[in-house]
Amino acid sequence: MASGEDDGSVEEKDNHKKRTISPFALAWLTFYNIAMTAGWMVLAVAMIRFYFEKGTHKGLYKSISKTLKFFQTFAVLEILHCAVGIVHTSVIVTGVQVSSRIFMVWFVTNSIKQIQNEESVLLFLVVWTVTEITRYSFYTFNLLNHLPYFIKWARYNLFIILYPVGVAGELMTIYAALPIVQKSGMLSVRLPNKYNVSFDYYYFLIIVMISYIPLFPQLFLHMLRQRRKVLHGEVFVEKDD
Amino acid sequence: MKHYEVEILDAKTKEKLCFLDKVEPTATVGEIKGMFHKSHAQWYPARQSIRLDPKGKSLKDEDILQNLPVGTTATLYFRDLGAQISWVTVFLTEYAGPLLIYLMFYFRVPFIYSPKYDFTTSKHWVVHLACMCHSFHYVKRLLETLFVHRFSHGTMPLRNIFKNCAYYWGFAAWMAYYINHPLYTPPAYGEEQIKVALVIFLFCQIGNFSIHIALRNLRPPGSKTRKIPYPTKNPFTWLFLLVSCPNYTYEVGSWVGFTVMTQCLPVAFFTLVGFIQMTIWAKGKHRSYLKEFRDYPPLRSPILPFML
Repeated sequence: MASGEDDGSVEEKDNHKKRTISPFALAWLTFYNIAMTAGWMVLAVAMIRFYFEKGTHKGLYKSISKTLKFFQTFAVLEILHCAVGIVHTSVIVTGVQVSSRIFMVWFVTNSIKQIQNEESVLLFLVVWTVTEITRYSFYTFNLLNHLPYFIKWARYNLFIILYPVGVAGELMTIYAALPIVQKSGMLSVRLPNKYNVSFDYYYFLIIVMISYIPLFPQLFLHMLRQRRKVLHGEVFVEKDD
Repeated sequence: MKHYEVEILDAKTKEKLCFLDKVEPTATVGEIKGMFHKSHAQWYPARQSIRLDPKGKSLKDEDILQNLPVGTTATLYFRDLGAQISWVTVFLTEYAGPLLIYLMFYFRVPFIYSPKYDFTTSKHWVVHLACMCHSFHYVKRLLETLFVHRFSHGTMPLRNIFKNCAYYWGFAAWMAYYINHPLYTPPAYGEEQIKVALVIFLFCQIGNFSIHIALRNLRPPGSKTRKIPYPTKNPFTWLFLLVSCPNYTYEVGSWVGFTVMTQCLPVAFFTLVGFIQMTIWAKGKHRSYLKEFRDYPPLRSPILPFML
């Protein structure tokens, strides 16, 4: 955006400064990450049990939906952690990732009941579960300064498969929901109305699907860069604006 | 007179890019940029950032070589700011868009609304009023860009024009679509609401213009001096007593007026986003003023009197 006056000073991100957080923040984050690891493990176990008892994925989503909604929604705290500074990740990257999860859970699978038994839902649920268990246990061990190499390896390698597969599951689910949304006109506002605005959830979902095209590669490349930095010790010269 | 030698290194790679000998001690950084440009034609002066330290602040074009903390062989660092575009060009483009786009919706050009409405006009007089206000607002901005504003920076990064135009043009289209829609609903409180809104809008437009003139008069032509703005004889400038950036205050006020006039949620949303952005700029400007001037009036807030 065309800015007001700028005095031309350049802020360089100093990546080599040792960062410390307060003992209170450390305790909270450790608790948070342990709780989230446990939560997603509960989800994993519930899903496996359901599948072995019923032999089908139909009804699986419904059986775990409360737990899923609880733990996935709790993840908005991660945006706060970044904003406050106790976690050193970009607020925007975290915001986009958490928002897309919240959107899928609350505005797609929760609101459009007819697609809950789609295979694509099972697909992204499995991906999310494996990803989150790996990620939260990684953070936990990292905070306790006892990170087993295999967790570090898993965190920075599994995403290469899991991320695209998860995206595929999400996109297929939204695609399956389209005809239902169009027919029901849900979450939509038509003209005329006194606020002179309209909103078509069907076209909105299409735009969401299209937005994966610019957004997903950026998030994926971000993870690839993190991987090169953490696993191979590569130093990146920051591009400052 | 002893001449200087100037070597210019790349700030990131420290590679020697240019060596200038027999440089006048009275040469300015701007002139050095010109000399550097001769050996590297792709880096015109506007895209050069020259510093004393690879991670330091950019030197100003007006800085004189002999006044810098360097020996007679000076080492300067260069960073490429990327392709640049002039502020005037960006402003003209980003403001011309909404002016024309809104009119396209107002005249109901084909392919926007249902074909039976092509080239028809709205039966609501507030829609005609809104078109006049919106058009006046952007014509005013274009004229100010050409004749009033004195820019301290000549250029900005090229990518800004795409960002800025997407913002202005996108919102203009979104608002114009609803206001000029055949199914538009006029304001709930009718003529009273529209009249009050119009007064707010005009008051704030005059206010905004008054501030722009006052700011222009602070700075002699061609100069880049910075002074504290003060209220003048024009009552609209008395807002300077309470606020650092009354131009932004008035701008928000204008759009609040336009929102009330059209009772259109997209306009309210545009007003909100603009308010957030202008608050960020106002806070930055306020901080700059406080840093630069010891005697800055303590009563002033950045954008909203006593509040923000």
